[in-house]
Amino acid sequence: MSHGGKPERPATAPGHPGKPRLGHHYDTYEQQFDSNKLGMWLFLVTEILLFGGLFCAYAVYRAKHPEVFIYAHYFLDVNLGAINTVVLLFSSLTAAWAVRAAQLGQRRLLVALLTITIVCGCGFLGIKGIEYSEKWKHGLLWGKNFDYEALHHGDHTGADDHGEAAESGETADHGTAGVADQATPADPDAALAEGTGPTATGDATATTSSAGEISNIPASAMGPPGLAAAQMVAEGHGSLEDVPRNVHLFFGIYFIMTGLHALHVIVGMVVLLWLLVRASKGEFGTQYFTPVDLGGLYWHLVDVIWIFLFPLLYLIH
Amino acid sequence: MSTTSAAVGHDHGGDNYLTASHGFRSWFFTLDHKRIGVMYLISILGSFLLGGIFALLIRTELLTPTKTIVDADAYNQVFTLHGAIMIFLFIIPGIPAALGNFVLPIMLGAKDVAFPRLNLLSYHLYVVGALFSVMAILFGSVDTGWTFYTPYSTTTSTNVVAITLGVFILGFSSIFTGLNFIVTIHKMRPEGMGWFNLPLMLWALYATAIIQVLATPVLGITVLMLIVERTLGIGIFDPALGGDPVLFQHFFWFYSHPAVYIMILPAMGVISELISAFSRKTIFGYKAIAYSSVAIAVLSFLVWGHHMFVSGQSSLANMVFSALTFSVSIPSAVKVFNWVATLYKGSIRLDTPMIYALSFIFLFGIGGLTGLFLGALATDVHLHDTYFIVAHFHYVMMGGVLIAFLGGLHYWWPKMFGRMYSEAWGKFAAWLIFVGFNVTFFTQFVMGSKGMPRRYFNYPEEFTSYHVISSAGSYLLAIGFFIVAVYLVHSLVKGPKAPANPWGAATLEWQTSSPPPLHNFTAPPVVGDPYDYSDVVYDPTRGGYVKGERARV
Amino acid sequence: MSVFLCAICSGLIGALSKGCANLPGGTWFLGQGSGTFWLPEQASTTAGKVDFLFYFIFWISVFFFVLIVGLMLMFVLRFKRRDSDQAEESPHHNLPLEILWTVIPIILVIIIFVMGFKSYLETATPAQNAYEILVKGQKWNWFFTYPNGYTDSELHVPLDRPVRLTLTSEDVIHSLFIPAFRIKMDAVPGRYNSTWFQATKPGQYPLLCTEYCGTGHSDMLSWCVVHEAGEFEKWLQEAGDFLSTLSPADAGERLYQIKGCKQCHSVDGSAMVGPTFQGLYGATRNFKDGGSLAAEENYIRESVLEPLARVVTGYEPVMPTYQGKVTDAEITALIAYIKKLSGISDVAEETGETEGTGESEPAEEVE
Repeated sequence: MSHGGKPERPATAPGHPGKPRLGHHYDTYEQQFDSNKLGMWLFLVTEILLFGGLFCAYAVYRAKHPEVFIYAHYFLDVNLGAINTVVLLFSSLTAAWAVRAAQLGQRRLLVALLTITIVCGCGFLGIKGIEYSEKWKHGLLWGKNFDYEALHHGDHTGADDHGEAAESGETADHGTAGVADQATPADPDAALAEGTGPTATGDATATTSSAGEISNIPASAMGPPGLAAAQMVAEGHGSLEDVPRNVHLFFGIYFIMTGLHALHVIVGMVVLLWLLVRASKGEFGTQYFTPVDLGGLYWHLVDVIWIFLFPLLYLIH
Repeated sequence: MSTTSAAVGHDHGGDNYLTASHGFRSWFFTLDHKRIGVMYLISILGSFLLGGIFALLIRTELLTPTKTIVDADAYNQVFTLHGAIMIFLFIIPGIPAALGNFVLPIMLGAKDVAFPRLNLLSYHLYVVGALFSVMAILFGSVDTGWTFYTPYSTTTSTNVVAITLGVFILGFSSIFTGLNFIVTIHKMRPEGMGWFNLPLMLWALYATAIIQVLATPVLGITVLMLIVERTLGIGIFDPALGGDPVLFQHFFWFYSHPAVYIMILPAMGVISELISAFSRKTIFGYKAIAYSSVAIAVLSFLVWGHHMFVSGQSSLANMVFSALTFSVSIPSAVKVFNWVATLYKGSIRLDTPMIYALSFIFLFGIGGLTGLFLGALATDVHLHDTYFIVAHFHYVMMGGVLIAFLGGLHYWWPKMFGRMYSEAWGKFAAWLIFVGFNVTFFTQFVMGSKGMPRRYFNYPEEFTSYHVISSAGSYLLAIGFFIVAVYLVHSLVKGPKAPANPWGAATLEWQTSSPPPLHNFTAPPVVGDPYDYSDVVYDPTRGGYVKGERARV
Repeated sequence: MSVFLCAICSGLIGALSKGCANLPGGTWFLGQGSGTFWLPEQASTTAGKVDFLFYFIFWISVFFFVLIVGLMLMFVLRFKRRDSDQAEESPHHNLPLEILWTVIPIILVIIIFVMGFKSYLETATPAQNAYEILVKGQKWNWFFTYPNGYTDSELHVPLDRPVRLTLTSEDVIHSLFIPAFRIKMDAVPGRYNSTWFQATKPGQYPLLCTEYCGTGHSDMLSWCVVHEAGEFEKWLQEAGDFLSTLSPADAGERLYQIKGCKQCHSVDGSAMVGPTFQGLYGATRNFKDGGSLAAEENYIRESVLEPLARVVTGYEPVMPTYQGKVTDAEITALIAYIKKLSGISDVAEETGETEGTGESEPAEEVE
């Protein structure tokens, strides 16, 4: 959005002869650079507010239906999420380093760093793709599309669930943690047994199907977590069948937040690619590196948003 | 004459921004803020025409208590489109895009906005957003009301997605304009122009831009969630899926309340300029007006819940929002007092722009005062969703923003197009609009407090007389606007050439020719007090004012 | 001088509105009923307080408006530009004045806020022992369920007794508004809202929907009927019993009114949101997705319980289902009523058996 003075300026602008890349409406390079920087920061603020709305929706629903979030987050693979976090953090490092390289006129290093950043972005999207396809396969979707097939089984055996888990490869140990609880009490995810697992809601409706017979008035919130946890400990288990009403709410929020974020990652990668093309043509140097600076800022924003998404979605206690 | 280096241009014939280049592409792909402003002006006036036609359809339908010219479904679509078009395509872009784009850099003493390309993008996004809205009208229409409340908007079969996509895109147009203005005002002031040398129009545009940048993204995510709810059934607003329909209202009004200040703040900026220029007197309480603009911008974010007093939210929430709502009325009141005080001992001339400015004080006065009824909880319960509300917001949006827009248009018309319009017709139309407006909308206050709900296709018979009077007023209004359109267009062809400074104002745009040259100034403008008229004197040879010897009173 | 002018103007406006209000029947030339120029009649305990606040704000507004516009006009006339272009020297600041015109409005709005809040709290906090009525909004009708289980489409209440309404909606957001009581509350699907009032005058007061809800929003009208002491219980008793005390066709007619059918189906042949009931029984119906059927008992029953199964051509699929909202006895009564509208006598209905008319050859049922 802010490209101070490209060679393709309209011919009618007298510009500044002898001062390439200085917009005709600016007086100095410094003014131009400061303006571009301020403009970019303002744009980032708008992006934060855009996501802010979603974080608000998250907060509201988590406050109203904590049991849904606690139950459903087990279906997210914490390890994959953590890998993604590390990948993005690392890519932010390379992006920042790339700005430095541009400032110092280190063209080859700049190209390499931009490439690595883009590759990291691809990695992030790839892992996200795996997570999404897993959810799709297991019917862990939003709204009316939520149709977790495991809930259709009359009886749960550890073998069944592990069978599914084995199919999905990487998620064997983690994605079906809630299920694994029954199968392998010795499982590291035995935290479930201590009462942080899925809990029933106050009105004791066990299934999310047959909505026609159920009142449209939402269930009352569960009791204080401490109390429920004690109950869980006393009862000795949380079970998969204790699916809270409207568990799909979590997945709706999950998909909309990570989906919008992924969209921004793609946009960021397009921007980086464009920077890469220009960098390999040698367009950036000590005199002019603004686009790299601004593109890097955008990438940092994308990273920061993920830093918030990850704990809020994956690390719920 | 050359004791100052003021570049008072005379008409250079072929050497201004209008004549610098020709052809559609030189306009549609221009980077010149003045041309972008003019294109915006044409577009929003077109939107106003479309929204106005829908308004006339509404008023005509309401002449009788039952069906008059359309059926219920069509009527519901008509009032929805009237609202959506007027708000998103006319008023919100309105003064900042059409007048601000043109005037801001020149008033600032700059050659353009900070990001001319982004400015063009803003305009293109506006066009695309407008096209989506037209598509919505043509394919499936919309019947949700401009407020798109769920669950109605998530379950109706009309083309909600098209129009909300349009709104989403228009939101970005608005965001980028605001972003551009903030950076321009921060970074592109010439030497000697400190913050308190800025004309109040620029303070107003700056405060507006803050709201545009901070509030509009929330609208973006709101309509995005609505679209996702409709297309993918995500369940976030659907009670059957555990969602909360009232949450939509919170999100929607979190933007839409600050949005009304996006509308009114630039209008107030225009009024500050007009009152001062046509009294030839420094604005009274400059700093108070400047600070109150920013105060209004900040406070506007805190009051959205006053649209939801009867939605079932808690009494505590209602109390907090009511209290905060009253707080935002104070800076507005202070401004009105300052304007009236400016008139005291001024040298006042009632040119057309000034008539609009005085109309504003009258009409915005009523609009603002009726807001008190609505901020108070007990009375709002009775008045909410009745015609009292309709009258209130038309008084502030139309009696306020539109009147100020017309005043600004008439004020800067000579500067923009280098022509003077017929003063006699200008005054006549201004009066007609004033009278027509009051007949149309004052009646609606009474109707509303008597219990007539809004968005009603059929209505109880006892309200017939009110509706007939209101509709009669609307036809007067239409005639008034038509007259304005005719003489303004006529002036483009046959109007006398305008001098650089026909009004004798002291802000920087009057130091350059009418119309301005391509790069705004042929010589750097002299920065001084924007409201110091002591050295702006009338020069009969030019038919306008020039910056000359300091005149003795 | 200016103050004097303001006082006169304020007085004039006040006299005008009060005068109009005191004319018989309110302002005759605007033709509305009782109440004042600005407000409907007061029929609840809180209406008076709301109106007091309304006029309080009104007079403050009139005062300031007259002051501001009066000064504005005075200055414009007095300081019209004459010979000199330049304005007289005058201050651009006056701190005491600016403080004054900031502080006084602040004090006034605080007063208004407090008054508003206090009056509001009264309407938000129901009295003890309030009579509870459940309200359900559904496109496009109101259903009021009384403590004995009877549901009517009109709100009947006893005089001088607090009544608490618990509102919800079946579909979209509606809002219940009774202007004479000065109450309003949204009916939101998925939750319960409540409000209360105490009626002080017997009579019939308009009850309207004030949250846009679609095609029939402006037809979602009802009445609040305030019964004298002792009359309310009688009404409830009779109303609740109508199925056993009235003939099937008459009971059906009552159901037609209170179950909301009348909002969308006429009985005089006029087209509304749904097809008319006039001449319905035995007529052949053509459906949107093909096929046709004679309108007999089973078809009518299906239309009530599964309205979207067969939609008549020329109409939209908007009828909500009455599954769980009407009993079989009620459906039978409705059928009897519909038959009556097609000119079939009462006697045959008591057996509840199908009587064919000339046109009732069952057509093919095509899905």
